[in-house]
Amino acid sequence: MFKRLKLTCDEATTICDKNQYGEASIREIIKLKIHFIRCKICAIYTKHNIILTNFYKGYSQRCKEVKHCMSVEEKEALKIALEQNKE
Amino acid sequence: MTEQKHTLNTNKWIDNYADYLYNYTISRVSNSDLAKDLVQDTFFAGLKSAKNFQGKASERTWLVSILKRKIIDYYRKINSKKGQAEVRMSFYDDGENEGSWLEERVPQSWDNASEKKIENEELKNQLESCIQKLPEKYAIVFRMKNVEEFETEEICKELGITSSNLWVIIHRARTQLRKCMEDNWFNN
Repeated sequence: MFKRLKLTCDEATTICDKNQYGEASIREIIKLKIHFIRCKICAIYTKHNIILTNFYKGYSQRCKEVKHCMSVEEKEALKIALEQNKE
Repeated sequence: MTEQKHTLNTNKWIDNYADYLYNYTISRVSNSDLAKDLVQDTFFAGLKSAKNFQGKASERTWLVSILKRKIIDYYRKINSKKGQAEVRMSFYDDGENEGSWLEERVPQSWDNASEKKIENEELKNQLESCIQKLPEKYAIVFRMKNVEEFETEEICKELGITSSNLWVIIHRARTQLRKCMEDNWFNN
């Protein structure tokens, strides 16, 4: 039974990442918590991961505020290329 | 009953959709020149298959569906070129330590004040630079998941990967980003 609950650090960190998006299953979360009892490094990794997730959310917010546009010249060149392609 | 004919207004494509398609593309490929090429290819392909337009969706939706195929084709191309050459960064691969932390990859302790720096512009630039250092495939998946906030299923469908592939990519991307931020932000 205990063997089934055992995780490697590799598996634990993958579940931890999945959990950052709310997509880890309850079973996985339980296995992860049990893993933390014997592995402090993965517990630190998780703590860092939560900080990084907040960073990524802030980054995402800022990225969404920026709208990318093509320049007028690029659009004109594209119009010409499209016209030529019609012929 | 006569069949209704649906026509596309190709003369207005650039004015109406170029910016939208460009914006859509750049968040997925993170390279402006490549994004422009993909937008151009999309218009050309749209022109070529204009006769197949059935009017079931709007012009924009129809062009986006062509663009999505172009992005997937590009993703598959880089996937086949670079996909096999990537190495696991953080864990032992075999022996009795398999799946455990490598000593040099163990997370370092971070300054407690680090949480307060989230809104910093410098931080955004550092993150951007770390994301650019990721293998292209990782960066695309990471952006789609974190910036565009796509559902897992949607990313898998768009990129033609399984969900376990996606989680491995996300995990590797986050592990590499963590190391990059540790070296360039937290320990500076």
